[in-house]
Amino acid sequence: MVIINKQHQGAMAQMRKTFETEIQHLKDEMLLLGSMVEQQILGSVDALKKRDTDASRRIQETDLQVNARRYEIEEQVMIVIATQQPMAHDLRLLASILEVSGELERMGDYAKGIATVSIRMGDQPLLKPLIDIPRMAQKGVDMLHRALTAFVNEDVVASRALPAEDDEVDELYIQIYHELMMFVIQDPKTIERANWLLWVAHNLERLADRVSNICERTVFTATGEMKELEQTKIKR
Amino acid sequence: MAMQIMIPNKHETSGDTPIKIETKSLEVYYGKFQALKQINLDVREKQITAIIGPSGCGKSTLLRSFNRMNDLTPTCRVEGEIKLDGENLYSPGVDVVDIRRRVGMVFQRPNPFPKSIFDNVAYGPRLYGIHRKSDLEGIVENSLKASALWNEVKDKLNQSGLSISGGQQQRLCIARALAVEPEVILMDEPASALDPISTLKIEELMQEIKKDYTIVIVTHNMQQAARVSDYTAMMMIDDDRTGHLIEFDHTNTIFTRPKDKRTEDYVTGRFG
Amino acid sequence: MNKNSPRLRSKRKAVNLLMLSLTGIATLLVVTPLIWILLYIIHEGAPAINLKFFTQLPTPVGVAGGGIVNALLGSLMTVGLGLVIAAPIGTLVGFYAAAHPDSPLGLLVRFGADVIAGVPSIVMGIFAYTLIVLPQRHFSAFSGGIVLSFIMLPIIIRTTEEMVRLVPSSIREASLALGAAEWKTSLSVILPAALNGVVTGAMLAIARAAGEAAPMLFTAFGNPFMNTNYSQPVATLPHTIFVYAISPYNDWHAKAWATALVLITLILLLNILARIIIWWRTRTLGTIK
Repeated sequence: MVIINKQHQGAMAQMRKTFETEIQHLKDEMLLLGSMVEQQILGSVDALKKRDTDASRRIQETDLQVNARRYEIEEQVMIVIATQQPMAHDLRLLASILEVSGELERMGDYAKGIATVSIRMGDQPLLKPLIDIPRMAQKGVDMLHRALTAFVNEDVVASRALPAEDDEVDELYIQIYHELMMFVIQDPKTIERANWLLWVAHNLERLADRVSNICERTVFTATGEMKELEQTKIKR
Repeated sequence: MAMQIMIPNKHETSGDTPIKIETKSLEVYYGKFQALKQINLDVREKQITAIIGPSGCGKSTLLRSFNRMNDLTPTCRVEGEIKLDGENLYSPGVDVVDIRRRVGMVFQRPNPFPKSIFDNVAYGPRLYGIHRKSDLEGIVENSLKASALWNEVKDKLNQSGLSISGGQQQRLCIARALAVEPEVILMDEPASALDPISTLKIEELMQEIKKDYTIVIVTHNMQQAARVSDYTAMMMIDDDRTGHLIEFDHTNTIFTRPKDKRTEDYVTGRFG
Repeated sequence: MNKNSPRLRSKRKAVNLLMLSLTGIATLLVVTPLIWILLYIIHEGAPAINLKFFTQLPTPVGVAGGGIVNALLGSLMTVGLGLVIAAPIGTLVGFYAAAHPDSPLGLLVRFGADVIAGVPSIVMGIFAYTLIVLPQRHFSAFSGGIVLSFIMLPIIIRTTEEMVRLVPSSIREASLALGAAEWKTSLSVILPAALNGVVTGAMLAIARAAGEAAPMLFTAFGNPFMNTNYSQPVATLPHTIFVYAISPYNDWHAKAWATALVLITLILLLNILARIIIWWRTRTLGTIK
């Protein structure tokens, strides 16, 4: 930051305290929502693994709270825009908060979808002990966590690097796909369960994609650039 | 393309409409005090250019140098060039009266003459030799229509120009300026003394007349600059209280992704 | 101490009442002699007023009746000439002084006007006598008009200067920004805006000049007959009052009072006329706030 003179320096410390407080509040809310979503994802996969339908139902109910929080954030952003007339960076940040909270809400929906699958499967046994799906979930949640941290800290470097880790998730997805295909070929009656499990893996793969969107928004907020970030290390 | 530090050279906005006023290395002094330093600015034809910046940064001084109103201050000295359609306004032998006809001005506080509304608007044309009643009536009507005041005053043209409200008075001053058919209209914080509704009317008026006139507006109201202008010039004051131009660009860019951090700090309200 | 305690309140009321009373008393002290004089003049002068008083020439001593028609005309001639000379010059000079207050000429003008205003009018009369009457070898209405113009000039200059200064510079700027030259701006915008004040200044000057008796002794000199010739002596109202008042005759004393009443009434009417003009102009042209 270029300090023009002593007057400028003093002024910077004072200006827009209310606004800064509101922004900080919104960022905290984002992190909270992110943390809720992370727990929903991990919880839904865990419930699936443990065949715990009660836990799955609780995941579905909690999704309502996720949605409610998202709308609270949106409303707060509207109020800040109307009352504080944000410009330049501030405006980009607020627009990004709107986008990212939307992404988080959809990620919450993925968790709800996984919980629904778990309930639908009911008492039927899993085709095999779940290993890769929890790994996908773990990786996705880890990426989400770091992406959100980078967002509130406006860490452009981390945000530019993160999408490339999507490779790992994609590879797990392909592995799961092949495995499930093998199951179905060997025993066509398993197709229903295989479909459901594929659906779960698909949700987790989409989760990681959405993390990239969050990273793009971080770069946009900091620099004003709107650009798609490379999601693969390797060109296929 | 990260943030750049602007170098005080010509600020380019190429590929736009032709240049109406070109400022080259403009410097303005009041006696020993330097008010403006190295101003390089291109005002585009039939567009609205806003000049913003903190108090005392020389916005009004810059504006007034476009119609040589700074000449009224005896200690004022101008260096560099200001070209209107390619001709330097400060060349020796230039007809100041002609400049002021081509470059009109509207002031911060409405200042109609203590004459009738008709005589206020007819003052300019009469200066330039138009005396026939029918001609004057036509000009007065057109000017008042152009400034969106005709319907409100057409039945009381011989009432005093001071008998109408503040917002109407300012539109009368605009009509008065338009009556001499200028090419450029300079506005020095034209709405700052007015209520919000009158302010919005003036802003709408500016958008309307933009198709025929080049407009330069000085404003300390950033939202107004953002609403109304096509280009924005950001000025700043340094420790010697000399004003200089730090960024000049399309308004959309200045207010969504300005290049200079000082501009960013100013438009986000963290400085000034 | 509580700001609103009863003791403080009544103290404040008492002080307020005291101040109002003092102001009222001062006003009375000033207004009373004024009204007294007016009433006295009316009382003493009214009996002699009739239509003939305004239309007849003065009668010789001992003869009843007669009027002051020659003095009315004479005052008109001398004050008129004074105004015709002093008004244009005074207005222009006042304008200049307002536009360039700190220039050498501007300072000279303002200082000079104050000095002239301070000269006793009888000295002015002697000056005019030496300058005009002696070389011409006769008294005249012309010399009377000239001396009155000297007296009126500083009043008009100073009032014009003050009034022009009061015109906001914003309308001057507006005119210049439209491309008008300085002189045109002064003439078409500033002068009309200052005109109310300039008219008031002219009225003040007329009132002063109409009442000057001493200079008339040395210039217009007085004339018992009608005279419309500027190079002849002429009677004026204040001079007539003087002549009648110092005489030993009672009926002339009465005529003195009557003439005084006429003079005061004329000046009052003039003032009212000026105020009507100003009111009408303000109504149609507006005032700048």
